[in-house]
Amino acid sequence: MKKTSLLALLSSQGVLIALALLILFGWLRYDNFLGLFNISTVLRYNSMFALVALGMCFVIMTGGIDLSVGSTAALGSVVSALLSPYGMLVGTLGGVAAGLCIGILNGVVIVRLRILPFIATLATMLAANGTALLLAQDQTVSVSYDGTFINLGQGDFYNIPIPALIAVVAYLIGSLVLNFTSTGRTVLAIGGNEDASRLMGLPVNRVKFLVYALSGGLAGLAGVILASQFGAGQPIEGVGWELFAIASVVVGGTLLTGGVGSVGATLAGVMLLGLIFNVLNFENGLGWISLSAYWQSVIRGLFLLAVVILQSRLATKESTA
Amino acid sequence: MEPAHNSAQGNLLSMQNISKAFAGIPALSSASLDVGHAEVHALIGQNGAGKSTLIKILTGYVSRDSGDVRFDGADFLARSPQDAQAKGISTIYQEINLVPYRSITENICLGRESRRYGLLDWKAMHEEARHLMARFNIDIDVRKPLLSFNTATQQMVAIARAIGFKAKLVIMDEPTSSLDEREVAVLFDVIRQLKQSGISVIFVSHKLDELYQVCDRVTIMRDGRTVKTSAMKSISKIELVASMLGRDISQVSKHATAFGDRKGQIGDVLLQAQGLKAGHKVQDVSLNVRKGEIVGLAGLLGAGRTETVRLIFGADRLHKGSLTLDNKPFAPAEPIDAIMQGIGFSSEDRKLEGIIPDMSVAENMTLALMPQLTKMGIVDEEQQRLIVEKFITRLGVKCSGPQQRIRELSGGNQQKVLLARWLAMNPKLLVLDEPTRGIDVGAKAEIQTIVKELADQGLAVLMISSELEEVIEGSDRVFVLRDGHNVAEFVGKEINEGDVMAAMAHGASEKNGSSEEKRT
Repeated sequence: MKKTSLLALLSSQGVLIALALLILFGWLRYDNFLGLFNISTVLRYNSMFALVALGMCFVIMTGGIDLSVGSTAALGSVVSALLSPYGMLVGTLGGVAAGLCIGILNGVVIVRLRILPFIATLATMLAANGTALLLAQDQTVSVSYDGTFINLGQGDFYNIPIPALIAVVAYLIGSLVLNFTSTGRTVLAIGGNEDASRLMGLPVNRVKFLVYALSGGLAGLAGVILASQFGAGQPIEGVGWELFAIASVVVGGTLLTGGVGSVGATLAGVMLLGLIFNVLNFENGLGWISLSAYWQSVIRGLFLLAVVILQSRLATKESTA
Repeated sequence: MEPAHNSAQGNLLSMQNISKAFAGIPALSSASLDVGHAEVHALIGQNGAGKSTLIKILTGYVSRDSGDVRFDGADFLARSPQDAQAKGISTIYQEINLVPYRSITENICLGRESRRYGLLDWKAMHEEARHLMARFNIDIDVRKPLLSFNTATQQMVAIARAIGFKAKLVIMDEPTSSLDEREVAVLFDVIRQLKQSGISVIFVSHKLDELYQVCDRVTIMRDGRTVKTSAMKSISKIELVASMLGRDISQVSKHATAFGDRKGQIGDVLLQAQGLKAGHKVQDVSLNVRKGEIVGLAGLLGAGRTETVRLIFGADRLHKGSLTLDNKPFAPAEPIDAIMQGIGFSSEDRKLEGIIPDMSVAENMTLALMPQLTKMGIVDEEQQRLIVEKFITRLGVKCSGPQQRIRELSGGNQQKVLLARWLAMNPKLLVLDEPTRGIDVGAKAEIQTIVKELADQGLAVLMISSELEEVIEGSDRVFVLRDGHNVAEFVGKEINEGDVMAAMAHGASEKNGSSEEKRT
């Protein structure tokens, strides 16, 4: 019993504990780790991943998966870069709309045609990737520096990077929807037991459609920030983002089978995986060792493995209890 | 003439005093099963009687806690299904577990392929497959993928595979449930052939008529025990049913059970179902439920009870027939349509179709009610709390609080939460599929009392139960289903164990006659 509750604690709060420990480690070891510049850089860069992971979190909570988010973000970045001469609003809306289109397509294929999410989103991942390359004519698309578009990615609001602000607002809304609306509860009910949800008359199809549309829209928004932040639409960026997003969601304690999940812990998962990269950079900066950036993937992978093992041990404990 | 299962030769299979418990709950307590050489042996029982556990022990899916198994003259212990197959026991499941996209040859030979110079000898394998299928008078292209053939043929392939593995005992788990009459006749021919070539068969089926056509003996199980083993020709259908239901035929009362404690008035017809048909399981079912009335739906496993109520609830598609609710046509395409019309449905499978295990008691109770509880998209938590507390008190749900996860509750309390889920919606008709299955005696009585009180207040209830006394004592009217047809209806004082069981076994004679006419 005691062991189970320890495991449960680790599983639910583990990501926060790990995040706190990593921040403590960085603060003690490196100068400027908690300096304004570093915090601002980390937040600005990782807010794109945070948005993608938020959409992924909702999809996974219904028991599904969305592999198309990386390509969708790339497509969003190209579309918004192409539209950036018309101003920030048009560029942003264009990028989000492109993502939404992919998300809606996913939703229709999965809900109406009853294709498995893995296959459906794998197909749209390829399609979005190709569309992005076609629109960009196989090169990066410079954004317009005349207007306000670049402020979205590069600007600050009272020293807070605007992308981070967007991400925080998105997570607040996401948390509100999950915990305080019937749609949010239905998301978890579907992941927990889809058959029972249907027999209860819950709008299973509508909510499944919504989470894929949401995931696409958020990926499009992440693409907009990508273009604005780096000054160009990048058709070949976004490769592997879907895996980073899935890893963040799982590290945050959301079950891949659906039914159990938390928006806040997903954000903590994104920050944890993002900070691993940051800490590695600082470590190299000390000059004692020189670790290749590829080590970050190794360390992230180990984290993911640890979480998954923890979850499965907890699941067996509960089923035998 | 008597099949060769006399004691001189000994039995092919002898399972003695087998016990097995899952997480402390006994599934088998000292069950026994003997199957002779070249014998077709029927194994029957209600849901939860222990048939499938007994078979799983034999086929190596689960291990026994105690007891002895002897097979073919030696102690027998299957460590895995492969092990059981290698030792001569093969199983044909109702959902055929073969590889649909591969050829018939591969399905028959997978795992024991012929080789030549280390490579697969396709010619020899095709020849063998053709030869095996020819034994059943089936002449087909064995190179074609399995899924291009119908279910009956696929079943023959499964049997051919078993023979190819030199099975001495073939277990058939409800083999006829998805076959039509002609295909059943072919299957029975094959079973007789197997018998002639010295192979024994354990035949699990819920269709009593079939047992008399092919089986030599029958073993009846109930509550994890073997109740009776008898030669098929010396036991009547009514005795089979009585044994399955745990009744002694000589003591079955012909008198109506006292049912004086109902206070409410039974009103007009609320739901009328006419000539429902869908799939193999529901052939022609007509029934009705009145306001304030508890209608019991009796029948053996596989009679089509669950399938019928799922049609009424819109969970499955209706092929033929019509429904009216309050004298208005009613055609639910999805459960939500039925719910909007005031119908609630509590499924027989609490775990798979009822609870959402990781959600709280409160959420499991109010999820279906969400639309009413939501104001401008936001859940009204205060109102939710009031409803949840009201029903926890009213139904006596024992939990540490509304936020406790439902998976931690006992079966009885989970069931009360699911009842509350529907009651909170104020339904006109409540459909209960096995409302007290797997629930301890105390909680069972409580739930039965709650249902009666609800009916007294005007709720119409349609209840399926496999427990005879629950149907007899708890219903104002009883419909009996048999093989997808409603064969009898009993009202009030007419309801008694003897007649209901007779209808489950034979069908009421006059109605049976008319449905026979319809079919031809």
